[in-house]
Amino acid sequence: MSVTRRQFLQGGVAAFTVSFAAPEVLTSLAHAQGATSRNLVVLYLSGGNDSLSMVAPYSDPQYFARRPTIAIPAANALQVGTDANRTNIGLHPRLTGLKQIFDQGRLAIVQRTGYPNQSRSHFQGTDIWSTADPNNPQGPGWLGKYLDTLPSPVDPLVAWNTVRETPRTLLARHVAVPAIPSVSGYAFASPNSGTEATYARTAATRISSHVPVDRPHLAYVNGTVQGAFATLDRVAQVGRYTPSVTYPNNGLGQALRAVAGAIVQGVGTKVFWVQTGGYDTHSGQGVNATNGAYYNLMATINDSILAFYQDMGNVGALGQTLVLQFSEFGRRISENGSNGTDHGAASAMFLVGGGVRGGIYGTAPNLNAADTQNPTLENAGGDVRMETDFRAVYAAIADKWLGVDSVPLLGGNFRQPGLNIL
Amino acid sequence: MARRDSFIEHLLRRAGFGASPAEMEYYAELGYPATVELLLSPEQVTDTVDGKIGVPGYVGVTTRGQFLPHQNITDARQRWLFRMVHTERPLQEKMVLYWHHHFATAYTKIAGVVGAVEATRMLAAKTGEDSGGVKGQLEMIREYALGNFRDFLVEMAKDVAMNVWLDGRTNTRARPQENFAREVMELFTMGIGNYTEADVYAGARVFTGWNMRRVGATGDPATKYEFFYNSAQHDTTAKTFTFPIYADGGTTIPARAAASGMQDGLDFIDAVVRHPATGRRLARRFWAFFVSEVSEPPTSWVEAVAAAYYSTNYSIKAMLRVVFHSHEFLAIEHRFARYSWPVEFVVRAIKETGWTGFSVNDTLTPLVNMGQQLFEPPDVNGWETGPGWFSTGGSLARLNFAAQLATNQRFNLRNDARGQASTPQALLSYALDRWSPMEYDRGPYEELLTYLRAGGNWTGSDAQLLTKVPGLVHLMLGSSEYQFA
Repeated sequence: MSVTRRQFLQGGVAAFTVSFAAPEVLTSLAHAQGATSRNLVVLYLSGGNDSLSMVAPYSDPQYFARRPTIAIPAANALQVGTDANRTNIGLHPRLTGLKQIFDQGRLAIVQRTGYPNQSRSHFQGTDIWSTADPNNPQGPGWLGKYLDTLPSPVDPLVAWNTVRETPRTLLARHVAVPAIPSVSGYAFASPNSGTEATYARTAATRISSHVPVDRPHLAYVNGTVQGAFATLDRVAQVGRYTPSVTYPNNGLGQALRAVAGAIVQGVGTKVFWVQTGGYDTHSGQGVNATNGAYYNLMATINDSILAFYQDMGNVGALGQTLVLQFSEFGRRISENGSNGTDHGAASAMFLVGGGVRGGIYGTAPNLNAADTQNPTLENAGGDVRMETDFRAVYAAIADKWLGVDSVPLLGGNFRQPGLNIL
Repeated sequence: MARRDSFIEHLLRRAGFGASPAEMEYYAELGYPATVELLLSPEQVTDTVDGKIGVPGYVGVTTRGQFLPHQNITDARQRWLFRMVHTERPLQEKMVLYWHHHFATAYTKIAGVVGAVEATRMLAAKTGEDSGGVKGQLEMIREYALGNFRDFLVEMAKDVAMNVWLDGRTNTRARPQENFAREVMELFTMGIGNYTEADVYAGARVFTGWNMRRVGATGDPATKYEFFYNSAQHDTTAKTFTFPIYADGGTTIPARAAASGMQDGLDFIDAVVRHPATGRRLARRFWAFFVSEVSEPPTSWVEAVAAAYYSTNYSIKAMLRVVFHSHEFLAIEHRFARYSWPVEFVVRAIKETGWTGFSVNDTLTPLVNMGQQLFEPPDVNGWETGPGWFSTGGSLARLNFAAQLATNQRFNLRNDARGQASTPQALLSYALDRWSPMEYDRGPYEELLTYLRAGGNWTGSDAQLLTKVPGLVHLMLGSSEYQFA
């Protein structure tokens, strides 16, 4: 067994150590570190999700007054009941699959999540949600810190990022997370075949496992190459998975299909990252029209999550699976002149899975901006004020799902009594 | 073919896309100071590169029927890559890529609004080839790449692709649109921490009426979208900021008549380019792009580059001249201290390996897998550069592109190596002269030799070279040592 440790410094920001196990010990590691245990699938809606179009307070007259073209008509909202303030809550009409999951008690909707003085910047906002630190959103992400708590050597497939860039949420000090956007493209090519190709793979593997002196940036890139070689064969195994349902032929659907394959084939991954974009809906938001922009966004998440949920149910893996959805901010309450919405504050988080205690958590905003004392709004009534700190949701996941103490992980006690989502 | 001048090699990797052996000869003959001046003065070099597309002897493009780089985004990507391989103005071309990242504008959103052909025209058309004389964003960037940053930003604010991308087209008096004003301050100039949310709201009002319109009758080939200051949609009231707008320290743009309201935006642009944070931020970004991504710039360096910016009224060329003559740029410790962008890696690999019978079309999918599709930055912040390029999947894609290129060029590679390959050491020594990886430590060097020796006795026969030379080039181009510039 060879374990290499390297230091990586980027712009003086983060010290980064990568540790890898040699392939021969991976199978046992994968089992030891949880081939059959729980996994977390983080779903990031990039661009700032207009959650008032996803979870609509469809009886609030101000909802229609302030959103004359994009409000969801009360008759179209998929009613899921009332929140603690007896506000009627309805899902976007295209979220029929999520409604079905809600009715089965496996969808938790947490309204008005965020943090005080929420950033309206995509980049700073994303960093804050990723690090769980509004004051200093730099360095490792909250799930990266979780990965760092795992005993070394860490299996290189312990986390799986389905997009090309490593999201800050998964940035760790001691663990390099592989990016595997395409299972089929994740294979080694060579100009030659047969034994010559084998020689080449051996040479490339050995070159990348060399530890350079005083060149941490080179060591970092070597770490990513090593990660590729250490994971090629198991990823190929994931590609051979035949799902029990048909996944939508879009980025998110196919990413969740790969996640399902990894779960069912038992490759040992604990944390997955999936992402879907297009939520920065400044103009032409198209909430209601079939094939409108936001309508299509809802179609994508609905069909993909439903397929994944059903697939996991069919293979008996739903109980070990948790999906967490978030976005960097919500959007302005009043629509703008382009039938869209600008950057806002609090938004809604969803959790889906066999261990989820479904229901509506938190309360909807009262959208009446004329009341200057309205505690559910901020920014002169322009934006939704947070009610549940997003770190309370993270804390519940850490404590009750991942089995790691949330207090050191999040740098404080954010546990919220009553938020019994798991 | 020994290395002639390591300083010029370094300069061409940073201020260009590396050099073919012939280009290296040419610039080495000129010497360092003259090469810097020539790179900074593209107008002194006739630009003939587009005329070489489709001509034998140059890297190929793949056409689907007609080659229409002003109407088809795939063709636009091919033309751009072709230019990077064969440009006679390497720095200008490098800066086009740089500014495309700085003013990151993505095709898909634009095509979703105006359609594929119009979106390609807006992004990539040349005036002379477009039926309506459209100058696409990329051509505008090429014009200002080394020019005046203030004028550049004004053009960018009026650019129709940008107007669609950041929703300026819907910025109206009744409903100000914040997207563009926010990113001007956060990403294009001063950076976060130098303005407030209230400044964003006021900035949005400044640009009310900076819209676009379609001119020409439907069906007329000359019809096009153009920038349009719509005075009826301009918010004429005063706008107050938390930072100075005017040289005298005034923070309020006065109320103006609608007809002259466009001056609001020009005043605002003057203010953000003049802001003390802007020159330093641009300088820091140049440090990361030209000097090092593994160390921070000394304050003195940032101040010197920023001083060139302010003292010349925002000349990009003046800043770059300071960069290329700084001793930090030339310092040996900063060699290979930049993580190559996927496009840089691909183009340099082609220039150093050869291109006969290779089409830039065959780089498009690998580039997507490496995380960089031209005209498709992930968001307005551009790409996640530096270590952000390197994930397991991205690195594997680089290794696999190296295999693809080496396979494609295998006969030429074999032919070039004849007479240089009496022993594995001789072949490796030849290869390390011709290609430009960061220096290998002893360990990886020995692994390359072990690969050459694997499978039997060294004879240097044609058959052996046809296997081993492409194999070696694959390993070298795919190695981490080659991923730095």
